Amino acid sequence: MTTANLRDWLLSDAPTSRRQARFASWYKGWLTLRSNTLAMVGLIVLALIILAAIFAPVLATHDPYAQDLGQRLLGAGHSGHLLGTDSLGRDIYSRLLYGARISIYIVLLVAMVAPLVGLIVGTVSGYAGGWGDVVLMRITDIFLAFPRLILALAFVAALGAGIENAVLAISLTAWPPYARIARAETLTIRNSDYIHAIRLQGAGPFRIVTRHIWPLCISSLVIRVTLDMAGIILTAAALGFLGLGAQPPSPEWGAMISEGRKYILDYWWVATFPGLAIFAISLAFNLLGDGLRDMLDPKEDTA
Amino acid sequence: MSDPLLDVENLRVSFATRTGIIEAVRGISFTLGRERLGIVGESGSGKSMTGRAILRLIRPPGRVEADHITMHGEDILAASEARMRQLRGGRVSMIMQDPKFSLNPVMTVGQQLIDSLRAHEKLARSECRQRAIAMLDEVAIRDPERVMGLYPHEVSGGMGQRIMIAMMLLPGPEILIADEPTSALDVSVQLQVLDIMDQLVKNRGMGLIFISHDLNLVAKFCDRIAVMYAGRIVECCKASELHKAQHPYTLGLLNAVPDLEHPRPRLEVLQRDPAWREALSVSARS
Amino acid sequence: MTDTAIDIQNLDVWFGSGRDRSVAVSQARFAVEQGESFGIVGESGSGKSTILRAIAGLVPTWSGDMIVAGEALGPRRSKAFYRKVQMVFQDPYASLHPRQTVDRVLSEAMGLHGLTDIDSRIPRLMENVGLGPSFRFRFPHQLSGGQRQRVAIARALACSPQILLLDEPTSALDVSVQAEILNLLTDLRRDHGLTYIMVSHDLGVVGHLCERIAVMKQGRIVEVLDVETMRRLEAADPYTRQLLDSSIQSSRSV
Repeated sequence: MTTANLRDWLLSDAPTSRRQARFASWYKGWLTLRSNTLAMVGLIVLALIILAAIFAPVLATHDPYAQDLGQRLLGAGHSGHLLGTDSLGRDIYSRLLYGARISIYIVLLVAMVAPLVGLIVGTVSGYAGGWGDVVLMRITDIFLAFPRLILALAFVAALGAGIENAVLAISLTAWPPYARIARAETLTIRNSDYIHAIRLQGAGPFRIVTRHIWPLCISSLVIRVTLDMAGIILTAAALGFLGLGAQPPSPEWGAMISEGRKYILDYWWVATFPGLAIFAISLAFNLLGDGLRDMLDPKEDTA
Repeated sequence: MSDPLLDVENLRVSFATRTGIIEAVRGISFTLGRERLGIVGESGSGKSMTGRAILRLIRPPGRVEADHITMHGEDILAASEARMRQLRGGRVSMIMQDPKFSLNPVMTVGQQLIDSLRAHEKLARSECRQRAIAMLDEVAIRDPERVMGLYPHEVSGGMGQRIMIAMMLLPGPEILIADEPTSALDVSVQLQVLDIMDQLVKNRGMGLIFISHDLNLVAKFCDRIAVMYAGRIVECCKASELHKAQHPYTLGLLNAVPDLEHPRPRLEVLQRDPAWREALSVSARS
Repeated sequence: MTDTAIDIQNLDVWFGSGRDRSVAVSQARFAVEQGESFGIVGESGSGKSTILRAIAGLVPTWSGDMIVAGEALGPRRSKAFYRKVQMVFQDPYASLHPRQTVDRVLSEAMGLHGLTDIDSRIPRLMENVGLGPSFRFRFPHQLSGGQRQRVAIARALACSPQILLLDEPTSALDVSVQAEILNLLTDLRRDHGLTYIMVSHDLGVVGHLCERIAVMKQGRIVEVLDVETMRRLEAADPYTRQLLDSSIQSSRSV
């Protein structure tokens, strides 16, 4: 099939199979996303960071853990250290590459846990209504009322420092906004005629919530998650900075800034490069989130 | 008619989309004197776009083109945005389908009436108030003093639409564009609202453009009818001569309506002929 | 099996409770024979749609006796009930899930009713409602209003019900499309021996499709009359006469 044929096949208004219908709707979404330049910038930056994380062993010039006190605090470009070295003589460039793995690992875990918990709590609460709704939403309110970082600190303090516990703490504090969004969406969806119609076919609440309400909530949650990613990375970095997240010598970006803090006046690059990395990934997620909002908006008309 | 209020020549409205340009209105011409012109068509025929294009209410990516649109000899297409704001409401008014969405929910009816008048004329508040009350009285609202203090959610649909008519006629426009003014209302209220609108338009010698999907209703309240299909005018005739209509589309519309008094076992279904799309627009100039 | 498909006695429906309680339908009673088409007309807020929703089980707050398809209705509807009674909604733009293709909508309905060989049934069902096979994998936004309403009708017919509840099925459509849908409903009724209850504000539409008509005003049924009486404009109740009057006036051209 030539490219032009493929395009016509995808943009056809009369798909002839389930597969074509599905691919076509994905392709139209992709076209919308592609027309948003900033979102594409975000996507490309993210793709680069993910590639860097995957190919870290190939791209790294040094062992990220190898200390060389003779080479400590070298500036960028000195004796083969692309971005200089830190206070223990470790190569910052290599550490950043390996650090990307940790950041992405954290983001993925949080992105899988928090929205899922929020989605379940929110849709069940919204669809059930009555007492169930009241109880679930008050619990949500209690979680919302705490400052996020402080609650995360408390969890980490109770569970012990480490990446897994940091992820758990962030997830536990991040789900309430998703529950709120999912509930608000559910409240509007549950009274629509298409939900009535499927109820009249004899569908039970479990089927309605998972098969009919979830697909409509997920787009707004995905948007919210990508916009929140920046916050999650920053929280993870903050926990690392405070010494409660990833533990040294692990090259987590927040922990790297924390170590560099002591030398920030004389050796700026030690804290600045991990800072720039955090900045880049946060901005990329925000840009992508904006683009996804345009793409996934259910009101958008693909005429 | 010597000097038409509105003269539209070769109006086109188009929208650019991913899959190409969609032409909503494809070159229609009409004039409006001190008369009642009905524009009838189904959804997507471009009838509402025509009404909006005259007021220049179409936003990008929509594009409006025409050889000319003149109001009293003044070129609308060339007018500045400030001048358009004067014209909208002052010379031309528009009534939309649902009063629920056209009235501001957090202001009283009276405030909105007074504001709409003061936007066009420099008058004292008390005088505005008096004229507003007189206007409400004209649209057959009982106890207008009380209604002035009500909020839009406190009035019924029919009363809301009469208030809209009052608000639109208050600055004394010469042209009224009514876009499906009664399709959100119950049948019994519909006729009453239309009667009131009709009386006011006649008494003031205004020009009325009545946009609707209901051919019978338009025939009842208009002097001339233009039938639109796929962005073009396919037929134009006097309302009194509607039964002599020729175009199969017009006939199809007339016959598709189930009639209580003359039952038929099957309703006639329009067979849309692709040639209708291509046929050139009929001019509705008088 | 008796000849009465639907028997409603002393039906009250209300919304809210305590001081906010508002009565939508009070003391409604009517019966519909097997194979009959029964119309309910009234202005907005008269409670005509609420009766349909109460029968379908979408409004839990009601009292009275409803016997539908030989089953006395309680607070919950059984699965068997939904195999006998289905509903078509007013707005075809709101009654189809925006992210589901026609194929998905119909196959899910069939799956829920425990039907097998869904893949071969879907084309037949679509043909029944006048949709070609090319529409099978389209999303609602790729369909016109009339086509959407055909899909909604197909969904209601998926389990071959005996009774269809029609809630203003054509009021959101253009007149020419309305004619197509009304003809379709006439054909389906003839071919499948369906019983209809149709709610509408349009006397012309109800008069076309129904044999007996109930007129509602402010939650009460003021009169039940057959369509012949209505055509002769011989209504007993003044409100019915007023309704007939304005309907005739607006549909009669000068």
